[in-house]
Amino acid sequence: MSAIVTETQFHVLAVDDSLIERKLIERLLKTSSYQVTAVDSGVKALEYLGLLDDEDTSPDSTPVSTTKTHHEVEVNLIITDYCMPGITGYDLLRKIKESTSLKDIPVVIMSSENVPSRINSCLEQGAEEFFLKPVRQSDVNKLRPHLMRTSGKRTEDHQPNKRKPMEECMLSPDRTRARYNDDLEL
Amino acid sequence: MEVDQLQRTFHHYHASLFNEGFLDEQFVQLQQLQDESNPGFVVEVVSLFFEDSERLLNDLSKALDQENVDFRKIDAHVHQLKGSSSSIGAQRVRDACIAFRNFCDERNIEACLKCLQQVRQEYLLVKTKLEALLRLEQQIVAAGGASPM
Repeated sequence: MSAIVTETQFHVLAVDDSLIERKLIERLLKTSSYQVTAVDSGVKALEYLGLLDDEDTSPDSTPVSTTKTHHEVEVNLIITDYCMPGITGYDLLRKIKESTSLKDIPVVIMSSENVPSRINSCLEQGAEEFFLKPVRQSDVNKLRPHLMRTSGKRTEDHQPNKRKPMEECMLSPDRTRARYNDDLEL
Repeated sequence: MEVDQLQRTFHHYHASLFNEGFLDEQFVQLQQLQDESNPGFVVEVVSLFFEDSERLLNDLSKALDQENVDFRKIDAHVHQLKGSSSSIGAQRVRDACIAFRNFCDERNIEACLKCLQQVRQEYLLVKTKLEALLRLEQQIVAAGGASPM
């Protein structure tokens, strides 16, 4: 078993279309000594991850084009907002899990809305955590086990991807905010 | 000593903002993210909130003024404003946004206009108070004290 190098700085890719949210999440991540790259859209995230040029990212095809555009920079975790114009956080999650080269990167979803079906779909699609906004230090502290677990060797396979029709981001009722993530046991 | 007096004023004012519901726990979270390595964090985020809010309030005004009101667009703007106000702990603005969204669902223009007025009012209130708070912080630091944030 490889020893965990404690000096290694984990690199987190944060995705959110709101500048304020990006500032917040960036600061939260930096206080945990993570290196942060923040982008304002799912498309920019895919671009950064080298997935945008791929015609076919299904597990059956050989990922030739992925290696061609693959960044030298390593991303250890992706944290993304759910509701974004263009491609949603869920779409981004799905594309990452369908990519042979990136599917083992832990993905965390953030949302300002507590919609159980949304939370379940994201978790079923392979998200490690679902944080309710505003994200706090206590949430960010939950990222470390996921980062430690996937550092070095690959882990066991994820569950098969289930595609469910996603409900809209907008015009969903506001619910009383519940600290869902506090109850989440992983 | 002047600094002590200013510090006392700051703490009283700070406490009142929470007691009166203008700010909630999230603002404390923001303060905790400010330190010697990031001394301007709260000012930075609050300034962004002001810019963002003013833009969104203008967009909302225009959107409600259209002949064919696009409620999806309005909801999207209010959702954004709800998000940013929630992120900085501007509780009353956030709550006003929640009420606003319910009327968007009902596609009720009159009610939406009233909600916009309400949101704008709450925004202007919290803006005034945050500016006063930040000014106090500035004065303390200028007088040689440590930031109470």
